Amino acid sequence: MIRFVLVRLLRAVITILAVVTFAFVVLRMSGDPAQVMLGPDVPQDALDAFRRTWGLDQPLWVQYLAYIKSIFTGDFGVSMRDKASALHLVLERVPATLQLTVPALILKLLIGIPAGVYAALHRQSFADRGVIMLAIMGFTIPSFVMGLVLVLVFSVLLGVLPSGGQNTWVHGILPTITMSIGGIGILARFSRSAMIEVMGQPYIRTASAKGLKWRDVIWSHALPTAAVPIVTIVGFMVGSLIAGAVVVESIFSWPGIGRLLVVSVSNRDLAVVQCILLVIAAAMVVSNLVVDLLYGWLDPRLRSHAAH
Amino acid sequence: MNPLIEANDLLRIYETRRGLFGRTSPVRAVDGVSLAVVQGETLGIVGESGSGKSTLGRMLLGIDPAQAGEVRFSGRPMPKSGTAEWRALRAKMQLVYQDPLAALDRRLTITAQIGEPLEIHRMIPKEHRAARVAELMAAVGLRPDQAGRFPHELSGGQRQRAVIARALASRPKLLVCDEPVSALDVSIQAQVVNVLRDLQEQNGIAMVFISHDLKVVRNIADRVAVMYLGRIVEEASSDVIFQSPQHPYTKALVSSVPVPGKPLEGRMILQGEPPNPAERPSGCAFHPRCPLARDICRTSVPALRQIGSGRTAACHIVAGEAASIETLRRRA
Amino acid sequence: MGSANPNLVELRDLKVTFDGVEVLHGIDLDVARGEALGLVGESGCGKSVTWLAALGLLPGKAAVTGSVRVDGRELCGARRSALEEIRGGRIAMIFQDPSSSLNPVLSVGRQIVEALRLHRGLRGGAARAEALRLMDMVGIPDPPRRFDLYPHEFSGGQCQRLMIAMALAGQPDLLIADEPTTALDATIQAQILDLLNTLRAETGMALVFISHDLGAVSQVCERVCVMYAGRIVEEATVAQLFSEPRHPYTRGLFDAIPRIDAPRQRLLPISGTVPNPKHLPEGCSFSPRCPRAVDACGRERPPLTPLDDGRRLACTRPVPLAASRRRIPQGVMQ
Repeated sequence: MIRFVLVRLLRAVITILAVVTFAFVVLRMSGDPAQVMLGPDVPQDALDAFRRTWGLDQPLWVQYLAYIKSIFTGDFGVSMRDKASALHLVLERVPATLQLTVPALILKLLIGIPAGVYAALHRQSFADRGVIMLAIMGFTIPSFVMGLVLVLVFSVLLGVLPSGGQNTWVHGILPTITMSIGGIGILARFSRSAMIEVMGQPYIRTASAKGLKWRDVIWSHALPTAAVPIVTIVGFMVGSLIAGAVVVESIFSWPGIGRLLVVSVSNRDLAVVQCILLVIAAAMVVSNLVVDLLYGWLDPRLRSHAAH
Repeated sequence: MNPLIEANDLLRIYETRRGLFGRTSPVRAVDGVSLAVVQGETLGIVGESGSGKSTLGRMLLGIDPAQAGEVRFSGRPMPKSGTAEWRALRAKMQLVYQDPLAALDRRLTITAQIGEPLEIHRMIPKEHRAARVAELMAAVGLRPDQAGRFPHELSGGQRQRAVIARALASRPKLLVCDEPVSALDVSIQAQVVNVLRDLQEQNGIAMVFISHDLKVVRNIADRVAVMYLGRIVEEASSDVIFQSPQHPYTKALVSSVPVPGKPLEGRMILQGEPPNPAERPSGCAFHPRCPLARDICRTSVPALRQIGSGRTAACHIVAGEAASIETLRRRA
Repeated sequence: MGSANPNLVELRDLKVTFDGVEVLHGIDLDVARGEALGLVGESGCGKSVTWLAALGLLPGKAAVTGSVRVDGRELCGARRSALEEIRGGRIAMIFQDPSSSLNPVLSVGRQIVEALRLHRGLRGGAARAEALRLMDMVGIPDPPRRFDLYPHEFSGGQCQRLMIAMALAGQPDLLIADEPTTALDATIQAQILDLLNTLRAETGMALVFISHDLGAVSQVCERVCVMYAGRIVEEATVAQLFSEPRHPYTRGLFDAIPRIDAPRQRLLPISGTVPNPKHLPEGCSFSPRCPRAVDACGRERPPLTPLDDGRRLACTRPVPLAASRRRIPQGVMQ
């Protein structure tokens, strides 16, 4: 078990390093931060001075080694724009993003899973067909389209909800709904098929033959087994709590990490972009690790025990 | 007569992993097996799950390579699997296994599938192919009107007949059948067993018939080898081995077959279960379940020894008795 | 029990229809208290469906009609709660594939305790102690160490023992064993049959043993019903049936089974295949495959009729008594 966790942790570190390296190289290949920061009409010596200050005049591999070294000492660089600690800038924005993504995740779980389970238990019924149809609509319509439609209806036509900003909780309603709809669709579809699969298993018949009430067959035999595949999807959703709001934050001008990322990329604010990608990758990797451990807890077949 | 197929001291080890976090451990699926089958003969191989009988069947055809030991076909060593030489030889050795639906292509009619080997091995001119397919179908008892059917339109027994017809298309000299009738109902099982028997008698094919069903093996095999945890523990002619099994495991196996109308009482019921192949017991692998086990059985592996004319067994007790009878005779 | 009716279960005209296709065509069958009844037949003959239907365990698309009475109480069409009271408590059931019939994510101890709580109100230490006793009774070695293990940590044979322990938890009057040994190895098969016999002697419960294996049936049952294409075609005591099968199908089954104690010989198969329930032949369903059939067999279906010797038979041209003792000469069945 300890060996398993250590192996996974090592893999996690390698994954994060790969992401960081990729970001480092791509960002430096795709444009000159000095040009972007200082504008098109600056004299050459100002550009040179800027490059010297930020170490951009060094060979790429020297920059890279210096960067990696600083990461391991906990230094994530300084924003070229705000001259503030990049990590500080990123962490500052985390609460705003979580204000959207956590309620959205709760909505996904509370609506998606029960809808899918209900549909599975009433197959071929009107409700089942309805759930399937709405679920497909939910995850095929891109969130920028969904967001714009919602703004059009609730802000422009009805005028009941604000279309942007972060002043009160009411401002959060539309972005939260926009973000949750796709996930609800995915979870509903997934829970439905997981539950249908489980309900066809011989041990469900055994549970009925034992004399258990229908409700108990579902709660204590079907749901715990159906949970195993559903956890994968939920784990992915938890992992993207930080990254998942890029599009929606931009549509609704919500000052979260997603917006910071978009702005920093267009400014070539290297340290900030790298820091955001690192945080996102870390969140993904940690949630993956948790999912793997949860698997072992939910499904004893994946634990290692000698049989005899 | 020279054997058509001959196996010497075959060894096959698998690595298995236990659980998600477990380490791998070696499983000796087939461990020092030797056998020989002559033309026109049927060798039955019986054993329970984990005995290695299916692995052995695949090794005889070269599908699973042996890690030690060798297989010889018509006196020559088996070419490496995947080589052109091996593929050419495969026309002479065919495999029929339990699930005919998995063996057949769902999208092709059975005529197309029976004719496929003729095409692959370019055995006969195109214009004679249809006639040969019709002949094969008749030989396995498929009606001409079933020629255009797809596998899912046939019953289980008819599908297995189609698989057998396809196996016979290349006029093989050896047929390895791995549980060919286990998935079929009794009435259909008898039909397919008869088909196999007739074909063998007509064409002089050598057959290796692998099954857990002793009743079927009794009826089709000339000779029978009993396997336990990767090794042959007893081998004798079919008439002899079922009437007077010698190895305690064979005795239990024969005794466990329910005979219609015979009560359960008086049958030899083994204690315990076949051990996990990854945790092979020391000495004779059967000793933890053996009612006759003595100290020597726990420490020393019994070799397969001659215990009578044309029969062998791997058991200290049986061999010991045979030896002591021999000494008595010599003294007299 | 003191009731005048010796029958525990009475099935009358039980019919099952899947998606408009009738697969069970009116089964009349009684199970007496304490008796061991066998149901034999090939796949699709309805032997399992009969009991799944009786206990309401078929999927929702199956339509069940007729009457199922347990101790005189009608179950067919009764409310779900009435069925749930019978299941596990009065009538328990075990299945063909023991490894997948136990819930993979719950420990075996918990699954047995669940049945004990449900039917005997046992909880905590008392439930655990009783579960351990049951595990011991069905031959699981060292129960305390295995109580918290999961099904995948047991072999197929041990899983079937655990299924039996779970079935015994409700102290049922009837155990329905649906092909309980089919998926098991020969030596383990013999162990389970032996266990079923021992338990029946100890508890006095009745047993319905569903199997395609006539040999296995003869070792645990007193009475046997042979089913073909959704109907009972012959019912007799084991002794009667095995010495003198009367229905040509029963006879054919006996001849088709290879024997281990006889010389090597050609098998005598039943020609043809089991009919598709969508297109059942007219008259007697077996007539197209029957070596004794005459024209009339293809027109009129013989009902299941009691004979003088106590058996029931659905055949107008049964195998004559004297002839059924001998093996039918080769070629007749072809």
